[in-house]
Amino acid sequence: MFNTSMSFEDVMFLAQGAWITILVTIISVFLGTIFGIFFGVLRYQVGPWWGAPVTFVLDIFRSIPLLIQLVLVNAFLGIVLRLQISGFTVACGVLTFYTAAYCSEIVRGGIEAVPFTTRRAARSLGLNWFQDMRYIVAPLATRVALPSWIGLALGVMKDSALVYVVQVTELLKSTQILITRLQEPLFLLTIGGLFYFLISFPIARLGGYLEKRWSND
Amino acid sequence: MIEIKDVYKSFGALEVLKGINLTVKNGEVLSVIGGSGSGKSTLLTCINGLEPINSGTILVDGTEVHAKSTDLNKLRRKIGIVFQQFNAFPHLTVLENVTLAPRKVLGMGKAEAEEIAMKQLTAVGLAEKAAVYPGRLSGGQQQRMSIARALAMSPDYMLFDEVTSALDPQLVGEVLDTLKMLADKGMTMICVTHEMSFARDVSDRVAFFHKGIMAEIAPPAEFFGAPQHPETQAFLSNIR
Repeated sequence: MFNTSMSFEDVMFLAQGAWITILVTIISVFLGTIFGIFFGVLRYQVGPWWGAPVTFVLDIFRSIPLLIQLVLVNAFLGIVLRLQISGFTVACGVLTFYTAAYCSEIVRGGIEAVPFTTRRAARSLGLNWFQDMRYIVAPLATRVALPSWIGLALGVMKDSALVYVVQVTELLKSTQILITRLQEPLFLLTIGGLFYFLISFPIARLGGYLEKRWSND
Repeated sequence: MIEIKDVYKSFGALEVLKGINLTVKNGEVLSVIGGSGSGKSTLLTCINGLEPINSGTILVDGTEVHAKSTDLNKLRRKIGIVFQQFNAFPHLTVLENVTLAPRKVLGMGKAEAEEIAMKQLTAVGLAEKAAVYPGRLSGGQQQRMSIARALAMSPDYMLFDEVTSALDPQLVGEVLDTLKMLADKGMTMICVTHEMSFARDVSDRVAFFHKGIMAEIAPPAEFFGAPQHPETQAFLSNIR
C-alpha cells in the first residue's frame, strides 16, 4: 500500500507548505485590497485622462504572466540593486500589486454601479464627499463587487503556487518535493488538492454568507 | 428668502436657463410648471448648489450659493430636496435612512435622531415601517420616506422635483397629501410639478417655464383663469 510509505512528518511538511500558501495569500490579498481600493477610488475620481498613468502601471501587472513578474522582480532586486530581500517578501510584494491591479478594476466597477441619483440625494442632505463614500457608496459598491472580489482572492490563492520560482516552498512545491522522494504523484497531488480545497472553501462560503446576509434590499 | 437674480446656466452648448429672476419669500409655496427641457428642474439643483451656474447670483437667506467661500454642505442643511426618483438608500432601514444625515451631518446622538426621525415618519404616515428596508415599500411610501428624510434635517426650504412623476397614478394622492400638509404648516416650498390641481389648490404663485425663460408668474387664480403669455395659454390648453 502506498500510504504506508508516507510518514507523519511528510503530512506536517505538506501542512507547512499549506501554511505558507495561506500566509502569502492573506498578506497579498489584504494589502492588495487596500491598494486596490485606493487606486480604484483615485481612478474613479480623477477620470480616465488623469488616471491614465495609474491605469497603465496597473495594466502591466495585469497583463504580464505572474511567473515572469516574479522572476524579473526578484532578479532586479537581487542582482541589479543587490538588496538582501527574502523570496517570501518578493512573493508578497509582487502578488500584492498583482491583486491591487485587479482589485482597482473591481472597486471602480462597484463605485460606478452606485446610481448617480442616490449619491446626489446623499449630498443634498449635507453629507460631504467622504461621508457619501463612507456611508452610501462603500456599502452599496461592496455588495456589487463582493462576488468578483471573492473570485480574485481565490485566484490569488491558487496563483500563489508560482512563488516557488523565488525559492518559497509553498503547498505545491512541498507536494512536488514529496513526489520526488516518494514517487506517488497521483496520491500526493490528491492530498495537495485537498489542502487547496480546505483553504478555498471557507473563503467561498464567507462570500455566500455575506451575499445572503446583504440581500435584505 | 430665496433670491434668484439673472441666472444663466448651460450644459455645454445647450442653454437651459436664460436669465431667471425670481424671489421666493418665507412661507410661500411656489409651483413651477412647464414642458420637459424648460429648465425648471435644473433651477432646483442650482438652488442647493448641486449644479454650478454660468452667471447671475442665487441667494439663500442672503448667502450666495455659488460663492467660493460658501460651505455648501452647511448650506444644504437648510434646503431639503426630494427628487423624482425616490433615491432610498437600499442598504439602510427606513429609520436609518432618516437618521443618517442628522447623526452624521449634525452630529446628533442615536436616541435624539431616532426621536426626530419617528416624528417625521409619523407625520408622513410611515411610523410602522421604520424597521423595514426600502425595497419592501411601494413607490409612494418610498417617496414619503424621502420627504421625511429631508424634513429630519429641519430645513427652512423644501424643493420638490416632480416628486409624483415616477409614481403609479393611485399612489400620487398620498404624496400630494404630504406636500399639502407641509404647505399648511407654513413650509417654504418650490414644487416643480405636472399636477395642475396641486398647483392651483396649494400654491401661492404659479410660474411657467418655457425654453429656459420664466414666461409667466402669477397667483393660481390669475394664472389658470387668465394666462397672459401665449406659450402659457398653449401649454394649459394642451394639458386640459
